Amino acid sequence: MSALTPKGNSTRKRILQIVGFGAFRAITGFVVAVLFGILFFIFHEGLPAMTWKFITSNPENGMTEGGIFPAIVGTGCLVLGSMLFAFPIGVMSGIWLNEYLKDGYLKRFINMMTNNLAGVPSVVFGLFGMALFVNQLKFGDSILAGSLTLGLLALPVIIRTTEEALKSVDDSYRIASLALGASQWQTVSKVVLPVAFPNIFTGLILSIGRVSGETAPILFTVAAYFLPKLPHSIFDQVMALPYHLYVISTSGTDIEKSRVIAYGTALVLICIVLASNILAGFIRRYYTKKNKT
Amino acid sequence: MQVNRFLKNLKEKIIEGILTLSGTITSIAVILIIIFLFKEGIGVFNQAPMEKELILAVNKDNHVKELTPRQIKDIFDGKIAMWSELGGSKDSIKLFRTEDVSTYFTEEELGANFEHLPQKINEYIAREKNVLAFFNKKYITKGFSGRIIPLKKIGVMDFLLDNEWFPTAQPVAQLGVLPLILGTLWVTLLAILLALPLGLATAIYMAEIASPKIRSILKPTIELLAGIPSVVYGFFGLVVLVPFIQRVFNVPVGETGLAGSIVLAIMALPTIITISEDSLRTAPRQLKEASLALGASHWQTIWRVIVPYSSSGITAAIILGVGRAIGETMAVLMVTGNAAVIPHSYLAPLRTIPATIAAELGEASYGGLHFKALFALGCILFIMTFIINLIFEFIVKPKKH
Amino acid sequence: MAKLETKGVDLYYGDNHALKNISMQIDANTVTALIGPSGCGKSTYLRLFNRMNDLIPSARIEGEILLEDKDIYEKKFPIDILRREVGMVFQKPNPFPKTIYENVAYGLRVNGIKDKKFIDERVETSLKQATLWEEVKDKLRKSAMELSGGQQQRLCIARALAIQPSVVLMDEPTSALDPLSTHKIEELIFLLKDNYTIVIVTHNMQQAARVSNKTAFFYLGELIEYDDTNTIFTKPAKTMTQNYITGRFG
Ligand SMILES: Nc1ncnc2c1ncn2[C@@H]1O[C@H](COP(=O)(O)OP(=O)(O)OP(=O)(O)O)[C@@H](O)[C@H]1O
Ligand SMILES: [Mg+2]
Repeated sequence: MSALTPKGNSTRKRILQIVGFGAFRAITGFVVAVLFGILFFIFHEGLPAMTWKFITSNPENGMTEGGIFPAIVGTGCLVLGSMLFAFPIGVMSGIWLNEYLKDGYLKRFINMMTNNLAGVPSVVFGLFGMALFVNQLKFGDSILAGSLTLGLLALPVIIRTTEEALKSVDDSYRIASLALGASQWQTVSKVVLPVAFPNIFTGLILSIGRVSGETAPILFTVAAYFLPKLPHSIFDQVMALPYHLYVISTSGTDIEKSRVIAYGTALVLICIVLASNILAGFIRRYYTKKNKT
Repeated sequence: MQVNRFLKNLKEKIIEGILTLSGTITSIAVILIIIFLFKEGIGVFNQAPMEKELILAVNKDNHVKELTPRQIKDIFDGKIAMWSELGGSKDSIKLFRTEDVSTYFTEEELGANFEHLPQKINEYIAREKNVLAFFNKKYITKGFSGRIIPLKKIGVMDFLLDNEWFPTAQPVAQLGVLPLILGTLWVTLLAILLALPLGLATAIYMAEIASPKIRSILKPTIELLAGIPSVVYGFFGLVVLVPFIQRVFNVPVGETGLAGSIVLAIMALPTIITISEDSLRTAPRQLKEASLALGASHWQTIWRVIVPYSSSGITAAIILGVGRAIGETMAVLMVTGNAAVIPHSYLAPLRTIPATIAAELGEASYGGLHFKALFALGCILFIMTFIINLIFEFIVKPKKH
Repeated sequence: MAKLETKGVDLYYGDNHALKNISMQIDANTVTALIGPSGCGKSTYLRLFNRMNDLIPSARIEGEILLEDKDIYEKKFPIDILRREVGMVFQKPNPFPKTIYENVAYGLRVNGIKDKKFIDERVETSLKQATLWEEVKDKLRKSAMELSGGQQQRLCIARALAIQPSVVLMDEPTSALDPLSTHKIEELIFLLKDNYTIVIVTHNMQQAARVSNKTAFFYLGELIEYDDTNTIFTKPAKTMTQNYITGRFG
């Protein structure tokens, strides 16, 4: 047998491993319990508030009763507005960066900039949106200003998703298409984009989830404290779900009485994120299945 | 045929043009953000933190050259009472403010419409050797006999190192960012200290120990939790954590640095777990087998081979977590109590940079000093996250090959 | 007493019957070559002896596998002690991304040895045994990743030898290497065979003929023929073996 001590640290090692694995299992259990505890808590407290009336009526009585309809509509407008701006520009920038721009300093610089932009805190976007859109361009507190601010926030994420989706398309497709005499754009639009599309699309859905929950960028660009009527133009202010939740849980007219509404609003926000994640999952699965057959 | 080719080429060029344009728009947007932020932010410097109409005057025999915002505040608070403390004579400071003119002069002396006020102020300053007078510029008369002393302008160092943030203080705003910077760093530090061991252990469990089935359930759900809006986490912190801390630690308010750190830690967990788990799973099977074949236990293999191999990925997770935590606004705003003091305990309220911006921008008038100071905070935040991104780009990414 | 022995071993990966009723004895201090076409189960068979197949959840094993007449799949046989006794060298050189020194010391450390002098000594001896010492003695603290492929493989051999196993399993140790490095490793195997029991999987007939005392031919999970290398390569009993070694299939 080996010249090392015959038993060595065998038993110790085994015990250490059992203890270690046990501890890690416990920690994971704890982490999962905390994270799911939050979800469960909000579901548990928020479900009683979730009535048809809650979703379709205006706030009443200093926002301690009634519904959150204007906030839902407002968030809908902002999501739509920001995506109308960010999605085309983001996808096109992504295509440009990945398919057209040659490797070099410019590309590296722009990539570094977009990566940086992705890391900039959302409150800084709020500052910028207020300075440029609200004040400099005189949009005022408006859907337009809020949407543009949110759009800027989503832009780097969409660019990155697009780029990654395009990068995952094998180069041999491009070469084969170009070799057949197809032009650059024909190659991109007929060969590359169809393959990359599902991933770009899931990216869009996920950023909808993210944008709908952002609060700091809309604080000073669009969000109204209380405005129980629907917007008529893009220069109107609107209520928004995340801001509404912030307001009624910290500075509402009667914080205790608005708790139920707050739980309900939090639940609606979580549901939006859940829905966008599930939808994204479905899309991904649908396309993987389709590509296989 | 010819025309066709020409049209095709034209179309190609147009499309390329449009794509280039949108790429350019993106780049311009980034540059605009930086320009706007810094243009407004830098505006706070080289400007006295006092309303433009106000001036500060002393008797002409007084030798004090310049006062700092801090000194003025101390004078008003009674902490500085002698000129000698400001480098002047050994006399006590006599404060004169237009608000209390009626205590110095009678109504007849001033006139019905205060038409004699400028003259009276002039006389008073000429007479009182130890006066320090604050009054509106418009009260300066032709033959003004006092000496106007400048208020020290805000320097970068003062801004960063002064320890009081009270931008609405009268007569001079106190713009010291130190409490906010420290508050941000304190909260972030504890949050990462809490989230890192928990997140890493969970990631290791998922990547190495858990059965594939458990992992396939845990992974997407934890990713999902990364998408929950911060305001929801803040709300949860407010209704559950804050009362809990208040009760358990028996403190007057539950809105504390600790509450902020815990909420941030919870928010950072999904990010840390997902990224480190991904990187742990990139450790090649061959290395794992080599280790096990040498008699190492799975536990030893994890610590000696797999974790070191993934260390750059784990570092990336930490760096991203820190970046998020530093910039997180709403959740922190809702649970830390927002007291702009140098943090001394995790069981006391404190305030972070992003929370300050969010809380105060609404009340700051456009283009004013306070407004600019908030933009300067935005610049600090931007620089912090920029540095973090650079570290990420140049240190972590290359190692990931 | 055989050093290693399998008695009627069957192994299944899920429904895939990868080893079929293999009985074989391997004597101490010999070199045994396992040959056969790709996918016939050579690696799977080799990995029985240090229980590497345990890592594959779908793998199910029947039959007895003995090391010096002791059943290594018995509960009482600690797996780390088995793996200390039975070292392994893999197809692709797989040094840890650590220093050369730490690579060789790894096995000692994980087995609880802290004595620095002893470790120094073992590192040097093992590197000498693996004929790598002269090339690396001045850069022990350099990363192992800086070595060439052939050097890395010899480092992996040194790493396996450092914990003083009595059996060394080698799974196509030279298939990723150039001819010169291959030659060096073959010489090394030749040197080691007096003190170690070596089982080597190879696709290279000449290599099997050059280095081994005994050869086992596997086909579709079955052990077709097992005999002295000389016999296998000059007058094999089965035509299938004959066909394989003359390159008529596989
Ligand atoms: N991890 C695994 N899971 C499932 N089946 C496996 C696994 N490893 C090997 N097999 C199957 O077991 C059979 C034997 O594989 P093995 O790797 O032992 O062959 P081999 O003789 O070493 O081949 P090669 O010469 O290509 O290395 C093959 O059919 C293979 O598909
Ligand atoms: Mg094999």
